[in-house]
Amino acid sequence: MSVESAAPGADIGAAPSVAKGETLLEVRGLKKYFPITAGVMIQRTIAEVKAVDGISFDIRRGETLGLVGESGCGKTTTGRCILQLDRPSEGAIIFDGVNLVELDQRALSPYRQKIQVIFQDPYSSLNPRLKIGTIIGEPMKVHNIEPNVNKRRARVSELLSICGLDPRFADRYPHEMSGGQRQRVGIARALSLNPQFIICDEAVSALDVSIQAQVINLLEDLREEFHLTYLFIAHDLSVVRHLCHRVAVMYLGKIVEFAECDELYDNPLHPYTQLLLSAVPIPDPVTESKREHKMLKGEVPSPINPPSGCVFHPRCPIAVEGCSGAIPELRELRPGHWVACTEV
Amino acid sequence: MPRLLEIENLRTQFFTSAGTVRAVDGISYNVDEGEAAAIVGESGCGKSVSALSILRLIPDPPGRIVDGSIRFKGIDLLQLSDVEIRRVRGRRIAMVFQEPMTSLNPVLTIGLQLTETLTHHLGMTKEAARARAVELMGMVGISDPERRLSQYPHHFSGGMRQRVMIAMALCCEPELIIADEPTTALDVTIQAQILELMKDLTRRLGVALIIITHNLGVVARYADRVHVMYAGKIIEQGTARQIYHEPGHPYTIGLLHSVPRLDQPRKEKLAPIEGQPPDLARLDEGCAFRPRCRYAVERCATEIPPLEDMGDGHYSACWEKDKLPQPQRAAS
Ligand SMILES: Nc1ncnc2c1ncn2[C@@H]1O[C@H](COP(=O)(O)OP(=O)(O)O)[C@@H](O)[C@H]1O
Ligand SMILES: Nc1ncnc2c1ncn2[C@@H]1O[C@H](COP(=O)(O)OP(=O)(O)O)[C@@H](O)[C@H]1O
Ligand code: SF4
Ligand SMILES: [Mg+2]
Ligand SMILES: [Mg+2]
Repeated sequence: MSVESAAPGADIGAAPSVAKGETLLEVRGLKKYFPITAGVMIQRTIAEVKAVDGISFDIRRGETLGLVGESGCGKTTTGRCILQLDRPSEGAIIFDGVNLVELDQRALSPYRQKIQVIFQDPYSSLNPRLKIGTIIGEPMKVHNIEPNVNKRRARVSELLSICGLDPRFADRYPHEMSGGQRQRVGIARALSLNPQFIICDEAVSALDVSIQAQVINLLEDLREEFHLTYLFIAHDLSVVRHLCHRVAVMYLGKIVEFAECDELYDNPLHPYTQLLLSAVPIPDPVTESKREHKMLKGEVPSPINPPSGCVFHPRCPIAVEGCSGAIPELRELRPGHWVACTEV
Repeated sequence: MPRLLEIENLRTQFFTSAGTVRAVDGISYNVDEGEAAAIVGESGCGKSVSALSILRLIPDPPGRIVDGSIRFKGIDLLQLSDVEIRRVRGRRIAMVFQEPMTSLNPVLTIGLQLTETLTHHLGMTKEAARARAVELMGMVGISDPERRLSQYPHHFSGGMRQRVMIAMALCCEPELIIADEPTTALDVTIQAQILELMKDLTRRLGVALIIITHNLGVVARYADRVHVMYAGKIIEQGTARQIYHEPGHPYTIGLLHSVPRLDQPRKEKLAPIEGQPPDLARLDEGCAFRPRCRYAVERCATEIPPLEDMGDGHYSACWEKDKLPQPQRAAS
């Protein structure tokens, strides 16, 4: 059974499957198409952006799954569909056995607590007029987790110290903090509702390396202490190797490769993954001088009219005639290592 | 290689309501003809201000170059008149910025912006400029240049705009290109294309390059000599190999321990530098890195360590530089 045709909520089938550990989240045949409209009086759909085009994967309890790929490949949209901020065009999002796609807003409410998100730019996601204490405490009030003001204040202090901030920061405003400190506030806010699952969407991408390393360590500590599961969306492939257990590589709305972390980096099989990894400069001049720098030619085509067949074929160095025809399915070429390419 | 640029004791400050920001606090370095130099450091350490100072592009007020000299082929750029420095800008020293959109005029075609530089700076005829523009577009890897010259900046992707900026920088055959975070906004595959293009063109044309970046990988791949900045000062300088394999400053060691490696399985947790960089308007006495330094000794709190040669042209500004442990880098 192909991933493409995997029925929503169906058995795991040919999707990158769970070898060990319990599944927390199953994404099945997820599609998200955004309509492009035209017309002044009557809006009509003239085309669609195929932001996410039929992807399936599982996340195990306690693991960090990396989702990588260049900008526009559909990472954020995948995260937003899981969060039900965007309603999928097709497919299922099964969290702890429940298909979130079928729930109404009311029934979703408990899941909005269990699933949290940390964004890239902490500044734009923090209300500049609110004090840090209010920003972190507000979700607890909304979800009625801690109605008592004093207890809530105590909990905010606790969350701030867990995230490595002085509890006195509760009285400050976002603009009085550095980027790294604001990202810690974003993390504290995500933790305030005792989530099980956190989507980190480029959560450390905007930070300077020394601060980034601090926040990476914090995320790891929290994962252990609170038994969290992460979907770690990032374009920095080095950070993903460090932090993730398994990694999915996306290109133009599709997953092209999926494997255990070290397996993916040591034995990339998909030509796109190989070129992507080759592009990443390694902080070691001796290694760099010995490395072959294979260039990926051209730029990513538009997701409005994605190439036929394998979406990577126009840029692929090993493409054959058939690649523009049938869409390649994910195949398990080594245990747990899935590749959507017919030529490997 | 002969010296192209000699910067000595450059000091640039901003006079703000929050106090005097010591953005560039007495830096000295040289760039040889045809060399690829890198300035590396985290945001706010003074990289951009140091670059803008070379071309005297510091907004005054609130900023001012308060001390130092910048000799370009023997001429002190800081002593030139406004007219004279304008003739250096773009012609002999060109700049490429992170966000090309801010340096391009959105309502003019790419062709007009390219040919304007050529007719204006080099006095070319319109036809000659057009032909040269087509040639430059080809050099920077833009296909179908004739058609693309009639398009506007918004028709170009981020990577393509950066190629246009490189074409503009090359227009007047400069001797030095300063590229300030030229690929920071781009995806890694486009970054690789652009950096490869810059390296290839600068080598082929013998143009020297100062690349400013916070990305340690980019520096390792493309730079000959590296200048590490922290809090407005150069705290270490040397060849890329010296900086990465025998780092001589606690900050550099900390940076190298903070970046995960793409080519190696995870071994342990990262060892970040604790704390954050200081406010450049409120610098304490002594070494600016002291509050975050694991190796600090008593004198670090009172005396600023000078940038000193450790041998072989490898410089460090640290009182403890001879006693630092070497990080375990895989000898690959
Ligand atoms: N609300 C939207 N309307 C139309 N197109 C969108 C919308 N959100 C995202 N897209 C498009 O979908 C594609 C995937 O975007 P995104 O998921 O943000 O990618 P990534 O996070 O990998 O950079 C892009 O082409 C983007 O322009
Ligand atoms: N126009 C300005 N007014 C006041 N301070 C400035 C101005 N421009 C830069 N600075 C300050 O100078 C310091 C160095 O900035 P910059 O050179 O841009 O850092 P970098 O490029 O290394 O990120 C920073 O502390 C910054 O806030
Ligand atoms: S001079 Fe002192 S404080 Fe500064 S880096 Fe060296 S040991 Fe650390
Ligand atoms: Mg995104
Ligand atoms: Mg800068």
